[in-house]
Amino acid sequence: MVTLRINGKLVRAKEGEMLLPVLQREKIDIPSLCHHKAVEPYGGCRLCMVEITKQEWSGRQNMVTSCLYPAEDGLIIQTHTTALIELRRTILDLYLARCPDTPEIQKLAAQYGVFQTSYEQVAKPDDCILCGLCTRICDRMGFGAISAVNRGHKREIAPPLKNAPPDCVGCLACALNCPTKHIQYTDCGFTREIWGRKFELLADKQTGRPTITREFADYLSTHRDIPRDYFEQNDESHRKETALILGKIAVWNREVPQ
Amino acid sequence: MKILKTKQLEQLAEEYRKTAGRHKKTVTVCCGTGCLAKGAQKIVEAFEEYLDRCKVRDFTVEAVKKTGCHGFCEQGPLVVIEPQGTVYTRVKPKDAESIIEQSIGHDAVIERLLYTNPADGRKIEKYADIPFYAHQRRIALRNVGKIAPDDIREYIAAGGYQALAKVLTKMTPDQVIEEISKSELRGRGGGGFLTGKKWRTCRNVDSDVRYVICNGDEGDPGAFMDCSIMEGDPHAVLEGMMICAFAVGASEGYIYVREEYPLAVIRLKKAIADCEEYGLLGKSILGADFAFSIRIARGAGAFVCGESSALMRSVAGEMGEPRAKYIHSVVKGLYDHPTVLNNVETFVNVPVIINNGAEWFTKIGVAKNSGTKAFSLVGKVRNTGLIEVAMGTTLREIIYDIGGGIIDGRSFKGVQTGGPSGGCLPAALLDLPVDFDSLTEAGSMMGSGGMIVMDDKTCMVDVARYFLNFLVSESCGKCVPCREGLYQLHKMTVKICEGRGTEEDLIKMEKLANQIVAGSLCGLGKSGSKPLLSTLKYYRDEYLAHIRDRKCPAGVCKNLITYRVNPDLCTGCMVCVKACAYQAIAGRKKEPQVIKEDVCRKCGACVAVCKFNAIDVL
Repeated sequence: MVTLRINGKLVRAKEGEMLLPVLQREKIDIPSLCHHKAVEPYGGCRLCMVEITKQEWSGRQNMVTSCLYPAEDGLIIQTHTTALIELRRTILDLYLARCPDTPEIQKLAAQYGVFQTSYEQVAKPDDCILCGLCTRICDRMGFGAISAVNRGHKREIAPPLKNAPPDCVGCLACALNCPTKHIQYTDCGFTREIWGRKFELLADKQTGRPTITREFADYLSTHRDIPRDYFEQNDESHRKETALILGKIAVWNREVPQ
Repeated sequence: MKILKTKQLEQLAEEYRKTAGRHKKTVTVCCGTGCLAKGAQKIVEAFEEYLDRCKVRDFTVEAVKKTGCHGFCEQGPLVVIEPQGTVYTRVKPKDAESIIEQSIGHDAVIERLLYTNPADGRKIEKYADIPFYAHQRRIALRNVGKIAPDDIREYIAAGGYQALAKVLTKMTPDQVIEEISKSELRGRGGGGFLTGKKWRTCRNVDSDVRYVICNGDEGDPGAFMDCSIMEGDPHAVLEGMMICAFAVGASEGYIYVREEYPLAVIRLKKAIADCEEYGLLGKSILGADFAFSIRIARGAGAFVCGESSALMRSVAGEMGEPRAKYIHSVVKGLYDHPTVLNNVETFVNVPVIINNGAEWFTKIGVAKNSGTKAFSLVGKVRNTGLIEVAMGTTLREIIYDIGGGIIDGRSFKGVQTGGPSGGCLPAALLDLPVDFDSLTEAGSMMGSGGMIVMDDKTCMVDVARYFLNFLVSESCGKCVPCREGLYQLHKMTVKICEGRGTEEDLIKMEKLANQIVAGSLCGLGKSGSKPLLSTLKYYRDEYLAHIRDRKCPAGVCKNLITYRVNPDLCTGCMVCVKACAYQAIAGRKKEPQVIKEDVCRKCGACVAVCKFNAIDVL
């Protein structure tokens, strides 16, 4: 265990644990759009930046992303200095230029007093904030069906060659974890459509309600030793348990991160 | 043949020198990328063809060497007669015959092929007398242009692999690191981090596997130092990497080469294959307990892959995106193992330091910035090309003494150092010594060593716009400040260039630029707003002229200029009328012409053809 000083308060943390979870545990309101506990920290949104220093640094300060900075003994952390708030405002302002109609961004920006972007609106605004959660979660699930394509401002999330992704199993991990609900999918009876691909949903033997896609069930039975008929029974508690085993991502009980 | 002992290395060098000594002269033809493009290969073929037909005393086709870049690309293709050191510039294949007959057969010098000094119009014969070379100090480029890069014996004969032998037989890894630390060699890729310190950290990390990577992903527009070294002296790169591997305890190495350098890949592959054949790579190198192998990894054309963490991801076959480096790659790098990543030029300096000692090296350059630095000198300067100078040489010496001043006698406006993420320095800073610390202090940076000279016909707002455009399309797009911020900055510079800018925009740009520096994830974003910040700092007047007066003083930004015929100078020759693709110029013969402003597209074609300077750009 190490001791940190966060906004003047002494806090204990595990050595090497990233700062963001520590700050969240301490109920410090720190914005973040690309972080999810199930996947490796990314450092893309830059909103969780904090100011750090140490006694022996003789006054030198450093701005770091708290999601990626490991806790070390004697670290002195400030989370809401003027410079940090100014930086977050600029970032949210830039986000608003890209996603002007996205409620999640509007809400966060309003918290920092930004109600309208001061920059030029991009030509084709949409809801995608390029946080990379969808692709990282897809990789974590073991599919790698979608990825970021193109560079810089032209970057977007897409399946290979923008065709229906052959490796997608329709698990919805990407769509349900998308913080701005940009990834569209439709569930209609026993068919599901996502990324331009159609999937058949299995039916629960008792209730007759749709469960997961055939492809996903196939994948789980071959790769994770889960019986083929496991998802044909609609047992919530049982499934929650399995969800934990499956890479800690509770996807199919629709637990959307806050 | 495997070389197992140091003695064999010396024998091999001696033997090769003896065979080469059979020729009383050698002809070296520059086969760097620039000269090849200008037809150097045809010249070599012409020599071969002639020597096939005719016999020359004490001279065979083996004495015609294809070397790497001589640096004086502007005057290429270059042919040098050694040991006299006679340089022939702008050689054509048909000159091969006369060169052999006159300069090899006899000791005559072909006057018309010599370099003409633009300063006084005199012809200069010797390599060392040409001002472009006279002010240089070549250490990293020591063999480039002198040896045939595809022959390992040439490198060995030039004293190559002696440093490796010395390290393997007489030194411990700690001593090697100590020597490099004492030399105060700093990373030539731009960061300027102390190489010895980097190696020491890597060695001290507890790990079974370590890697050595050479960064040859030189992405700056207009920079070609590393390209020339990899093409012209590949073995020096390998030797530097081997010494590093021995010092840090690595057994695997990678050279990351930019996709746009196919010739470098060919030369490096040949060099690696030769080393394996001679037993300089592989197991128990030179009979010592040291094994090392090198592989080539090719980039795919992404500028950001020159950044260490993105490069390592790219080598591992992942998407070339940087990661936060709170844990340094020297501790956790390629495949999460400790990794030393150095630039091509840094590695090339290593064998020289081992051979000559750290003390010798620190005497070159200035305090804390020892050694030399290679630059590619380009832009509006008379002598463009590849140069190497001691650290601390002033910008004035580089631009005026080596570069020969600004073309067409125009005035100097600024120099852009450090590539797209470097900054522009004004005429007031011409006496600034060029070293890591001075450049950073002035708001620019050393970078990998690009140097773009600009004259009074260059609009600094346009320059900032150009570099921002480059960075917008080269940003990987992972983090918001770089992806969205640089995009917005670029938009605002475009706005100013088009005459729609306001003074509030300037303040907004400055603020945003500083936030991008503070908030970006990697070096690209952190330095990405430097072209803007440095031009705003030194050329604010020019921005204000665009905003307040709606004028572009350099006459570059099309929306802010008008072309007008000066009736006093126009002779009515009508040449401009024919040159105008938009039929915007009209008038009678032998009378002053008139440009129709509403039709004129401001392409500048009329200005280019007018012999009387009768068209003004306002």
